[in-house]
Amino acid sequence: MSDIRLTEASSHMRHGSNIGQPLTRRDGILKVTGQARYAADNHVPGMLHAVLAVSSVARGRVTFLDVEAAKRHPGVVDVMTPVHKPRLAEDPDAKTHPFMFRLELLQDDTVRYANQAIAVVIAETLESATEGAALLAPRYETQPARVGLDGDKSFAPPAVGVGNPAEVRHGDVNSALTDASMRIEATYETPAQYHNAMEPHAIVAAWDGDTLSIDTPSQGLAMAQARIAGLFGIPPSNIHIRSPFLGGGFGSKGLISGPQILGIMAARLVGKPVKLTLRREQMYGPVGHRAPTRQTLRVGMDGDGRLTAIDHHARTASSSFDDFFEPAADASHTLYASPAIATSHEVVRLDTGTPLFMRAPGEAPGSIALESAIDEAAWMCGMDPLAFRLKNYADVEPITGKPFSSKALRECYAQGAERFGWARRPLKPRQLRDEAGFLVGWGVGTATFPALMFAADARAVIRADGSGLVESGAHDMGQGAWTALAQIAADGLGLDLAQVEFRAGTSDLPDAGIAGGSAHTATAGMAIHNAGAAVTAKLADLAMSDERSPLFGAGNTGVIARDGRLYRRDDESWSEDYADILTRAGLAEIEARGKGGMDPAAQSIYAMHAHGAVFAEVKVDPDLGQVRVSRMVGAFAAGRIINPRLARSQLFGGMIWGISFALHEEAVMDPRSGRLLNANLAEYHVPVNADVPSLDVLTVEEHDPYVNALGIKGVGEIGVTGSAGAIANAVWHATGFRVRRFPIRIGDLVVPASD
Amino acid sequence: MKTFDYVRPSTVVDAIAAAAAPGAAYLAAGTNLLDLMKGGVVSPKRLVDVTRLPGLDRIERLPDGGTRIGALVRNADLAHDSEFAKSYPAVAEALLSGASAQLRNAATVGGNLMQRTRCSYFYDAASACNKRSPGAGCDAREGENRLHAVLGWSDACIATHPSDFCVPLVALDAVVEIEGRDGGREIPVQFFHRLPGDAPERDSVLEPGELIVAVRLPGEARTFAAHARYLKLRERTSYAFAVVSAAACLKIEQGIIKDARLALGGVAAKPWRAREAEDALIGAHPDAAAYRWAAEAALAGAKPSGNNAFKIELAQRIIIRALTLAATGTPARIPALPASPFSSAAGIPHNV
Repeated sequence: MSDIRLTEASSHMRHGSNIGQPLTRRDGILKVTGQARYAADNHVPGMLHAVLAVSSVARGRVTFLDVEAAKRHPGVVDVMTPVHKPRLAEDPDAKTHPFMFRLELLQDDTVRYANQAIAVVIAETLESATEGAALLAPRYETQPARVGLDGDKSFAPPAVGVGNPAEVRHGDVNSALTDASMRIEATYETPAQYHNAMEPHAIVAAWDGDTLSIDTPSQGLAMAQARIAGLFGIPPSNIHIRSPFLGGGFGSKGLISGPQILGIMAARLVGKPVKLTLRREQMYGPVGHRAPTRQTLRVGMDGDGRLTAIDHHARTASSSFDDFFEPAADASHTLYASPAIATSHEVVRLDTGTPLFMRAPGEAPGSIALESAIDEAAWMCGMDPLAFRLKNYADVEPITGKPFSSKALRECYAQGAERFGWARRPLKPRQLRDEAGFLVGWGVGTATFPALMFAADARAVIRADGSGLVESGAHDMGQGAWTALAQIAADGLGLDLAQVEFRAGTSDLPDAGIAGGSAHTATAGMAIHNAGAAVTAKLADLAMSDERSPLFGAGNTGVIARDGRLYRRDDESWSEDYADILTRAGLAEIEARGKGGMDPAAQSIYAMHAHGAVFAEVKVDPDLGQVRVSRMVGAFAAGRIINPRLARSQLFGGMIWGISFALHEEAVMDPRSGRLLNANLAEYHVPVNADVPSLDVLTVEEHDPYVNALGIKGVGEIGVTGSAGAIANAVWHATGFRVRRFPIRIGDLVVPASD
Repeated sequence: MKTFDYVRPSTVVDAIAAAAAPGAAYLAAGTNLLDLMKGGVVSPKRLVDVTRLPGLDRIERLPDGGTRIGALVRNADLAHDSEFAKSYPAVAEALLSGASAQLRNAATVGGNLMQRTRCSYFYDAASACNKRSPGAGCDAREGENRLHAVLGWSDACIATHPSDFCVPLVALDAVVEIEGRDGGREIPVQFFHRLPGDAPERDSVLEPGELIVAVRLPGEARTFAAHARYLKLRERTSYAFAVVSAAACLKIEQGIIKDARLALGGVAAKPWRAREAEDALIGAHPDAAAYRWAAEAALAGAKPSGNNAFKIELAQRIIIRALTLAATGTPARIPALPASPFSSAAGIPHNV
């Protein structure tokens, strides 16, 4: 991607390593000046426009489409329908591995959910295609839609999330609950939520024989390549995908979606390049969402406020035709030291698109329920909720008994509480008022997210001029991969950032895995680090075996790569410049590859998680019930922080997502038709600036020698967890009302004045 | 591509002539109309762009002390006109609590009066809606209706009018100046919007082809300036429509309420003037008992149209609060969070 000119970092003063420096985003200027080219910004010569026609019913089949009317419309080139479409090499309903989800690719006239594509109109202009789609005037045979968590009979799923057991039992929860001195039982509900990335899913696809060139946002280039290859029966290497920038993904761009494939099919059908961009309302269905949950927690305590049992049961939903079960109850596995823990799931099938990974899948809804229940348990014990959490601190992972690879959660609690001023919190609710008379409440939530790693490759090159090149098909969703991974690359090569060219964001580069699971920096970063180590090792071999080199014979003591030179480890007065080594060897460049991946041996011994503590203050109008978060402090321990500025932004973003979860976000579905009623950004509320208070993030020092050699745990999702619960708990502390249905709305806090 | 006529007349007379054709609609900033067209909710055959009509973008002080606001004055320009904001603080506060800064920069005074309901069934072309398609039925009645009307609704329609601006206009006896083929006429804003009855497709009393050219606030309206507030409850701190809102304007002399104006937003198909409450307040001491009495009077005829009984309680509470704030006195400056309960007490720092 030599056409991407990132900001040079030469003005930045380094102090030793690139890692750890708070660099600003190197793609920032491109973005704020409009030069960053997103998928839909591409215009290929001869390109046509494709527009989806989508179903207005949630269940049934299409009985009629006025294809002739659409075709007659000026500018319309073709209409792709179940009976007129390119042949696929693979059934879109096939599932050959757990990360493969069924796609709606016009395979038949069935309607599985509202907003499902039922035809694609291809035209010379966007306007013609749009009108052509409207002229299709579909008719349907409609069946009653299954809507809401009670919309169908429930069943026990075979697994939840990605292969997690749906039910886990540790100890005897029922007898522990029976024997408990105190217990609570409460049910919490979370709504369906949609990712709503700022950038809609878009694709520009161009075929040349059996090779395919694509611009589309992707959090997982190699997986997208493999999926497309399977569907069209061509080798993955025939597919070139460019995804240099994503305008947000949050999981909805992790797997290539049906509409993106329809864009490729449309290009195949008409034999010309095609652009297809989803309208905002079309993003509510075919690109994943977070399923609603109803979670019941039963928690038992002994007379000293020690947990004796946690039973966490979650009811959630998947689509009628595929399996993704939000693993909400799994949130109770790792946080609190209860001798008996049981988690279980039941699910219903609804007439919606298939729910998928959405920022902190499972952890986010599970966390708000668990943290609320823990707060309710603390109150029943008459204990401060932070003291209660400390009393039940898990020194080893509760169910597995494994030690943690590192866990600075105590420090997070302590430093966060100190910064927030938690010690002044009255135990009882409805005690605090500000000078204007608003109810004030303080709440805490514990944050946690597993330290995952997937698999990634990278290639590193040192050139004869002493500069470096690092390649890994990494994905920047806005989190800062262009910057943080380049920092790791520079350190891996022992070069200054300005001397390293970093290439990412296209499918012809080494596979960087997926930007998901908060694992991208760790996984791609380790591949990059290892590639750098491998290439400098090669360079060292060259030097140490060449008697003309000052490093000749240093093989036993070894060398250190730093600032573009190799130094003898035992005597740094002996060193040699990279350029000199390569020039003398007559090499234009030297290259090596590296891999990143989890270490199964370490994983079998240690439990690996990031942790945090979030403290929230809310103000509530005592009469009118309107809520505003007035400040939040989050203290997080997530291993080594590659770029403190970007990590802080990620954690801020997660905490804001927590505000959204607790107070704003909710997809409203008509209970009869199954259509979304607020599929737009005016009515699907996320926080606006005025809802986001003073946020404060502390990253707590944590050295983890086991997660990976760089000690990275990831910060992408953990900010959501803990935050939503902290706000819900603060609302209770302010008002004395425990709202167990989220988001908390004005009406929930308006009770008759006589109460 | 779907076609419609687009004309851009240069005089009011030409505009009215152009809009006489069946299916014509006036286009100003288009902040609502264009969304409705894109969503297939309305499909005008002809758009008559009035944005170039001369003389409609002025704010004029009238000899009787009133103010005449041209229909094309932008919401933001009006709210930020310091003489206007000082004279009609509740109107300015209402304007600044609506939509977003970008929308306020574009949206016009006339367009604000003409905006359609935000009922999601009205916007969802696949749902039954008597307002969009007379006689089709109302899917909101048995549907998601938590935010729908509690006053003045009918079996045919339970939608609410979304305007903030119109609420204090109704309270302050503002008048709409209308031009039509048969000349001009005037109508109080209070009688401009219609309750649904059995013809919810008609939002207002405007006849086809008639054009709003100005809104006039009478001179008397500025006599409330010392005690005038607009308060708006919403489900996020900014950029949200009102769950309920209230404009309260008082004249207090020697500890007695000499005159009172009260109107509610978000409760009915029109901005709701609460005359019974006003009558209850006049002559009373400005105290909690009077406000409660007024609130009960204002909502005496309310009934839930669905799962929205909480709005009746909430409307009473917001009336009490708005009256309390109005009696306390108009703040010297419009708060940083206009109309938000979180701006209701002086001197609270907010992170905006």
